[in-house]
Amino acid sequence: MSKNSSRSVGSVLLFAAAGFIAGFLVAVLLHTLTTGKFESAYLLDLPSWLLGTLLAVVGLLYGMLGYWGVVRGIFWQVGGTLAGAFFVTLVRWLLNFTGGKYSLFDLNTFGFTEPAWVFGAILGAVAFLVGVGSLTDWYKWAKGEATSEHHADIPGWRKYFGVSLDHKVIGIQYTFTSLVLLSVGGTFALVFRTELAKSGLQIISLQLYNSLMSLHGMLMIVSILLGIAGVMNYLVPMMIGAQDMAFPRLNAFSFWIAIPAALLLLSSLALGGFDTGWTGYPPLSARAPLGMQMFFVAVWFAGWSSILGALNLIVSALRMRARGMTAFRMPIFVWASLATSIISLTATQLIGLSFQLVLFQRLFGMPFFDAAKGGNPILFQHLFWFYSHPAVYVFVLPGLGIISELLPVFVRKPLFGYKWVAMSSLGIALVGFLVWAHHMFASGMNEYLRVPFMYSTLLVAVPTGVKFFSWVATLWGGKIRTPVPMLFVLGGIIVFLLGGLTGPPNATVSTDLHLTDTYFIVGHFHDTMFGGYIFPFFAALYYWFPKATGKRLDEKLGKLHFWLMTPSFLIVTLFMMRIGLLGMRRRIADYDPALGFDPWNLAITIAAFGIAAAVVIFFINIIKTLRSSKMETGNVWNSRSPEWQVPSPMPAHNYDHEFEVVGEPYDYGLPGSVYVNMHPEE
Amino acid sequence: MQNARHFAIIAVLVAVVTGLTYVGLNSLGLMPVEASAQSIPIDWLFDLEVKLISFFFALIMVPLTYSLIAFRRKDGDDGDGQHFEGNTRLEIVWTVIPLILVIVLGVIGGDNLRQVRIVDPQAAEIKVVAFQWGWRFEYPQGFSSNKLYLPEGKQVVLKMESQDVLHSFWVPEFRVKQDIVPGRVEDYRITPIRIGEYKVRCAELCGTSHAYMEAPVIVVSQADYDKWLTDQTAKAQLEAAASAGKPDATRGQKLYQESGCKACHSLDGAKGVGPTWKGLFGSTVELADGSSVAADEAYLTESVKAPGAKTVEGFPANAMPSFSYLTDGQVADLTEFIKTLR
Repeated sequence: MSKNSSRSVGSVLLFAAAGFIAGFLVAVLLHTLTTGKFESAYLLDLPSWLLGTLLAVVGLLYGMLGYWGVVRGIFWQVGGTLAGAFFVTLVRWLLNFTGGKYSLFDLNTFGFTEPAWVFGAILGAVAFLVGVGSLTDWYKWAKGEATSEHHADIPGWRKYFGVSLDHKVIGIQYTFTSLVLLSVGGTFALVFRTELAKSGLQIISLQLYNSLMSLHGMLMIVSILLGIAGVMNYLVPMMIGAQDMAFPRLNAFSFWIAIPAALLLLSSLALGGFDTGWTGYPPLSARAPLGMQMFFVAVWFAGWSSILGALNLIVSALRMRARGMTAFRMPIFVWASLATSIISLTATQLIGLSFQLVLFQRLFGMPFFDAAKGGNPILFQHLFWFYSHPAVYVFVLPGLGIISELLPVFVRKPLFGYKWVAMSSLGIALVGFLVWAHHMFASGMNEYLRVPFMYSTLLVAVPTGVKFFSWVATLWGGKIRTPVPMLFVLGGIIVFLLGGLTGPPNATVSTDLHLTDTYFIVGHFHDTMFGGYIFPFFAALYYWFPKATGKRLDEKLGKLHFWLMTPSFLIVTLFMMRIGLLGMRRRIADYDPALGFDPWNLAITIAAFGIAAAVVIFFINIIKTLRSSKMETGNVWNSRSPEWQVPSPMPAHNYDHEFEVVGEPYDYGLPGSVYVNMHPEE
Repeated sequence: MQNARHFAIIAVLVAVVTGLTYVGLNSLGLMPVEASAQSIPIDWLFDLEVKLISFFFALIMVPLTYSLIAFRRKDGDDGDGQHFEGNTRLEIVWTVIPLILVIVLGVIGGDNLRQVRIVDPQAAEIKVVAFQWGWRFEYPQGFSSNKLYLPEGKQVVLKMESQDVLHSFWVPEFRVKQDIVPGRVEDYRITPIRIGEYKVRCAELCGTSHAYMEAPVIVVSQADYDKWLTDQTAKAQLEAAASAGKPDATRGQKLYQESGCKACHSLDGAKGVGPTWKGLFGSTVELADGSSVAADEAYLTESVKAPGAKTVEGFPANAMPSFSYLTDGQVADLTEFIKTLR
């Protein structure tokens, strides 16, 4: 747990200063020793200043150890990585792997080769978890020591940078991390989109293009996983009337294991990058640079976060609901969270496994996917998509749940066909498991498999259609208000509709043979992700921000955000699909100018900057709102949901008494009805 | 009564928006020209799907937009909307009708795939070799080419192999795409129906220069095709006769271009994924295990056929695939070519 005895700002700066002086002196001393004489020019040398600055940063971070558990975690991760890498290097040296030609510290050719980095990465991630303190309680229990049931959090914003067991703190930690990764992944997209604005190579190399494009994919996926985990973590216990999640320590662990995973993912860029896309297909991934291995290890750890978080959520939603909250009286978002968590819990293993097998193939020469040695490259694609297709429903189901949750509030009418909407989430989750091979129609798998997978894929349209029809019917006859969260809900419906409608041509095999691996797929996919996740996620952030902070985000800036992002986004994906049909392949750093795609690509790039500007406006809105003193602590949106029946921000253990569910969740327009009785004993 | 008027307006608007969306999308010219027999059923099915897309787009967007206008909260009205929770009959309707549609589309899609896959037992075979980052086309007449010539109106079956990683054969004007998996031969049947010059573009990410893995595909009339075959065969025979079985640097240079050597080995001394060939022959090569070897015919032959045997200092081990399928004569041609690179 975070230490309460933290250093003063002055002493932190002292550490930084001491670090700088030490680094500077060491550099000058080394310089003097190697040349045999001292010259005053050494004081102005770049190496001296660099080493000084480096140690100053280390000193600064060290000084902040007491403040931020996360800093301690990063220290431990770096230490763990070095220790693991040294260990493997030492063992290889002792076993005389190179015939004694190289010394132990010959870094280029022997020390810190691939096995050393991989073992270091794994040990580093575990060390992070030790360092940050998310294993402390379990370690104490193993020793037979008692710990208190709840740990009091440090007051103020510092609690977000260390281990907390409060689901609301963890929810905000998830969401914050998600937004950071969203910004990094989005920035990468802007870089390679700028490259694509014109045919020919202008600003980045082919290899860097491939690395950034690949990392954009996986960073966004991790960002989405953390984003939905954030929203679910924050909301589900509140909505079901629980004090916290079922397993608070596991909950903290699930969050903190994602941090070293994210750091490893980014480290791949420094270690040669990788050029396979997020799909990591062998044989290419078996021969890609070292960055590939960091990517594999990162996804492996991020997978743990997803699996354990899902387990926790399922147990909480099934076992900890308030009195009277029967299955069909759960808020619809809880249904969506449940459906999504079932997929995460049972499918994530497959992507971890498929990447782990390639990792082993590279490290130990186990030829799982090496055709020349009896392996099968297509097997990888089956394992990979067995998770990675259901995963897209993991990404969108919570978002669709948010749409269904918010519509009744702003339409002032019950959700049309609540049970059908709830069941359609489970239906999508179930059918979603049976469609994975539609990513492989052109892959060379057994040809007869293509037809059954075409049918199962088309079948997804049925439960998805139920949602659309129910949403439109919910709007019908309402008294519709359109504040910012509702704008994002409507934007989400329309964009997801475009994503859904462009699905069937990819499902029917013969048309997909033309469409697969083109920009049409890229456009279709971004429509489903923005409609199913990005728009609803922003809707949720605008909607529940007052609950978390007691302050309401600025409406004007919010509207600007929406009206800038939506048209920009539509230009991006519609133009992508347009040139995809005409022959623009996906994942290419350059395109044939003879195809005439230059103006289209330029427009896509400009529009992509429009999306980025809209997100910047959102961040400005958050900072501006947090700094203002205007409080909105009441039921801002006039909702029936229990979390809005108590003042904002929510206190540490949610409700001071247990409430009882006495009505339907969305009976807007039914006089005298309530959903929850907040004081059942009175 | 109120609802009946709303529904009538919406029905008209759905019909209008469906029509406008379809006409609008179609007028853009959605697909490239149809250059293969296979592209015709594919475009027919895609057009059907564009019609369905237009209809369902209108079916959702019209009532949604209409509601946003007609059921907008009036100023000062803070009340709730009409209280209705659902309609089971309606839910069944919009579950069952899409279900039937989906099954019908599946049947149509299956039959469409059958049309795309019709086999002509007379189809001529051409071997396609994909490698990082280029294409080689080997004709049964005994020559190979960097350009794929195809006769108009005849089905050909491409026997496709990959030398290294996954690639995918795609000519947008032919529509059909097929991945090529190392260690296997993938059949790709296509019937060109339109004379012209196209390009095959690798559609499966295959590493650094994936974007540039393209080669010309030229569809000509049967007469022109036969003439081209005869010319190429004669040319290949002439070349073989000219060197009378002796190693030949010109053939070696062609192999360098067509077999993928050039992706990793430069001719101008620049360091690539593998060592440059400039000045290689006769030099002394430092190996990763500390020994050194003279770059003679024996070393070069071994390096082509069993590249893992010796690793050059400063280059990754086992990075190069084996080229053991090259004949001894071809390897000798390559060596002859390397000798000229002083």
